[in-house]
Amino acid sequence: MIRFENVHKTFGQQHVLRGVDFSVDKGKSLVIMGPSGSGKSVIIKHLIGLLHPDQGSVHILGKDVASLDQAGLQQLRKDMGYLFQHSALINWLSVFDNIALPLRETTSMSKNSIEAKVMEVLGLVKMEDARHKFPSQISGGMQKRVGLARALVTEPSIILYDEPEAGLDPEMSASVSHMMRRLKEEYGMTSVTVTHSVNCALTVADTLAVFEHGRFLISGPPTEVLNSDHTRVREFLGAPID
Amino acid sequence: MNPLQRIGARTLAPPIEVAGFGLGLALGVLRRLPQIPRRLRTTLDQMYLCGVKTLLVVLFVGFFIGMILALQLGYELARYGQQEAVGFAVAVAMVREMAPVMTAVVLAASVASAMAAELGTMKVQEEITALDVMSVDVCGYLVFPRVIGMTLMAPILTNLASIVGILGGAVIAQTQLGLDFSGYMRNAMESLSDNSFFGLPRGVYCSQIKALIFGFTIAVVGCASGLQAQNGASGVGNSTRAAVRNSIILIIVLNFFLGKLVYT
Repeated sequence: MIRFENVHKTFGQQHVLRGVDFSVDKGKSLVIMGPSGSGKSVIIKHLIGLLHPDQGSVHILGKDVASLDQAGLQQLRKDMGYLFQHSALINWLSVFDNIALPLRETTSMSKNSIEAKVMEVLGLVKMEDARHKFPSQISGGMQKRVGLARALVTEPSIILYDEPEAGLDPEMSASVSHMMRRLKEEYGMTSVTVTHSVNCALTVADTLAVFEHGRFLISGPPTEVLNSDHTRVREFLGAPID
Repeated sequence: MNPLQRIGARTLAPPIEVAGFGLGLALGVLRRLPQIPRRLRTTLDQMYLCGVKTLLVVLFVGFFIGMILALQLGYELARYGQQEAVGFAVAVAMVREMAPVMTAVVLAASVASAMAAELGTMKVQEEITALDVMSVDVCGYLVFPRVIGMTLMAPILTNLASIVGILGGAVIAQTQLGLDFSGYMRNAMESLSDNSFFGLPRGVYCSQIKALIFGFTIAVVGCASGLQAQNGASGVGNSTRAAVRNSIILIIVLNFFLGKLVYT
């Protein structure tokens, strides 16, 4: 479903991706961890087509992302959801309107169908009561859930999470992680997550990968990675968890 | 890169890039003109922000410009015993030049800067990227209503600025130059009845064409500057400054060429 093949990316003198390879099967979840500034978000941006590789290829749903024109890219993006690190909600729109926006702008759905769909995803993230509020009137955790609802409203088959726990307290972070796991289990969504949270990785990942200096240091089932003998991986992740 | 290429890349490339982006945005707006019915609500919101919210400033500035013109021209004309012609001079100057230019400058300072700051903040907070990722047409959703709203409101504001400017001149003509109000107004109207075209003076058409083009240009520059913001709060500041500076430069340059086009 997702295939990253020998991807290289350079910004100026900085070689951020050095031949990165991975694949994610349908319904599976890959979690990428790594130090800040290591280029994890660059991987996500390649997946959604905001960046293109200098060398190598990115295939999503059998399509080479770099070879798509604007219309093709827009079509592909309709099958993908993206939860931004800081939610990226439109400030002057209410929670309801933020979630309805992609449906109003990119589909020909009727007003009633849009309302029903928005209420359905608001129910999924337990935010029905906040539908008339504006992003500035709700907490960071609630904003994150609204961002998730907006990513889900178009019923994507792939969802990308960019540091979903960033800025959240441990309780809210756990709640978001459980929501991500629920989406995977109940709706069979394929996902790629970039995170710093070991708890999030343990809750969500089928495969956990640690990324540094433009390459994966290790990847595999979460418990295997957390108990790895790799020195740098142990330094980064801390003590192994039983 | 040799040193000459490096200098060229640093000095010429950025403004060319900005101009190209702005031109692309302008063409994008024109291509989306059939979307007016779909974007009517947001366009009306922008017309309110551009027009109603700046109305008092435009009227205030227009009134004082008219008074300044009458005062300066009146005293000079009085030296030659021609102070009765002050109505003519104020009306011509206000309608042809001062009202379109000063209204555009007020709009650049108040609305283009706001557009750049608003879109710039959205850009640095990844809201524009979010729209892109959701396949929302950024030009249609954000830029089109702003540009059309400003383009439609600028001529209306310019007309109002012309009227209050001429009235401001009348106040000075009556109180400082000893002219009577009806004589001043008759003189002013005579100046505008010259070269009439479809029942309206050529000066008024010129003023409307200028205002329409200035409004379109200012809004495109404001939006383009905002959408190119980067590097956080300081980037938003830079884009706001660039929006006002570039708008004013373009207003002055376009004013010269449009005036030359219409009157020669």
